Amino acid sequence: MIEVKANMAGSVWKIVVKEGEEVEDGQDLLILESMKMEIPIATEDDGTVKELKVQEGDFVNEGDVVAILE
Amino acid sequence: MFNKILIANRGEIASRIIRTCKKLGIQSVAVYSEPDADSPFVSEADESYPLGGTRVHESYLNIDKILEIAKEAGVEAIHPGYGLLSENGDFANRIEQVGITFIGPSPEVMSKMGSKVEARQTMKDAGVPVIPGTESAVADVDEAKKAAEEIGYPVMLKASSGGGGIGMQIVHDDEELAKAFESNSKRAQMFFGDGTMFLEKKIVDPHHVEIQVLADQEGNTIHLFERECSIQRRHQKVVEEAPSPFISEETRNKMGNAAVKAAKAIGYKNAGTIEFLVDEGQNFYFLEMNTRLQVEHPVTEEITGFDLVHEQLRIANGDSLRYKQEELTMHGHAIEVRVYAEDPKTFYPAPGQMTNLELPQGDSIRHEVGVHKESMVSPFYDPMIAKCITWAETRDEAIENMIYALENYTIEGIKTNIPMLLDVLKHDAFKQGNTNTHFIQSYLKEEAK
Repeated sequence: MIEVKANMAGSVWKIVVKEGEEVEDGQDLLILESMKMEIPIATEDDGTVKELKVQEGDFVNEGDVVAILE
Repeated sequence: MFNKILIANRGEIASRIIRTCKKLGIQSVAVYSEPDADSPFVSEADESYPLGGTRVHESYLNIDKILEIAKEAGVEAIHPGYGLLSENGDFANRIEQVGITFIGPSPEVMSKMGSKVEARQTMKDAGVPVIPGTESAVADVDEAKKAAEEIGYPVMLKASSGGGGIGMQIVHDDEELAKAFESNSKRAQMFFGDGTMFLEKKIVDPHHVEIQVLADQEGNTIHLFERECSIQRRHQKVVEEAPSPFISEETRNKMGNAAVKAAKAIGYKNAGTIEFLVDEGQNFYFLEMNTRLQVEHPVTEEITGFDLVHEQLRIANGDSLRYKQEELTMHGHAIEVRVYAEDPKTFYPAPGQMTNLELPQGDSIRHEVGVHKESMVSPFYDPMIAKCITWAETRDEAIENMIYALENYTIEGIKTNIPMLLDVLKHDAFKQGNTNTHFIQSYLKEEAK
């Protein structure tokens, strides 16, 4: 099981994968928006999206888990 | 002079404008969003009205609501600050339609300069050097490829309505261009409602140098010398100074004259800034015109003694300029740093709850601050929370003063870019004035490795 964490505080602007989807290293999972900047959050491993811990519009802090892969 | 004005902005620039209003005995009206209710500018203004909402389109970009408040409060003029609605021709138009004065140039001039393609053509016609590039928008990828071949790679792909580096990318070959064209056009469409793109020759290792101009209603136009703003991250300025340590006296005069000529040619009124790229051979090229007060205006104030907000108010009121070009001189050297709530290494935004703020004090240290000790720095707005400006007789001393100020600057609870600012100020290349726009990539990142 792999936890993907937010690397900055901000709100979830867009989620670009679905639960159950297979993803590969470097693929964007979601895009955070903060202070007029959009930062994509990518996985650093291959895997399947087991659970998305956030929804579009949610606020996350730096270090919060946003998705779980397996 | 006006009796009462509204400030359609937030943070440090709202506080800055209110300060000049108080000095001149003008009543100030603030408007604020929900997260800003506790901000210093809200209590500093004589009156303040809630706009509601958190995001800018619900609050500071809500023209209907701002106009409603302006009428209710009975203001005679509106100062737009910078960013937000400051370069929105519609806003200026609608203000004037209800008989209120917009503190800035005419809506027509703003719209003209707001379109990069049109601005470029206007400047070229006025005899100002422009960067070689497409004379108009390129329709699609194929047209862009053809244009790139003529100009020669590397080329800069830019969104016609873009700003803050959004919709802008350097491309080195056809393949890169094809990818970048689609993605940047899409982004520009999303951000600015206009996906029009154009191409320019990439000027290698340029300095960013801009000229401050002031023009009154009669068309008298002067420049207040230059600001060097080459230290940037993500195409946003971080450290600015005046005068430029790079350009020669001859270049200074040429650029100043070109800026005045350009401002006159377009019928510019009020304070504005013409931005140029300057290459190693001191050739300068028009980049864009900002039809408003700039974030970095304090460095110009420090070396000329002008209060630029006061001048903006006088001009909007129909008063004539008080000085002729030949009466103006620069005195000493000023540096400004922008304090951002962000990670000093990755430059990622770092909003959060502040727990302390202690500002260094000194005769040559000036502060422009948008927060207080316990501000909640929200993720909804720009990460800039404060500016620090130092002045001295010489550039070396101004740098020393800034290093002292930053080493004694206390912000707790959130991350800021202060460690990065200190790295810049202490760097030999900065001390030597070797500050092209790749400074942060070429020097700081290299050392971080």
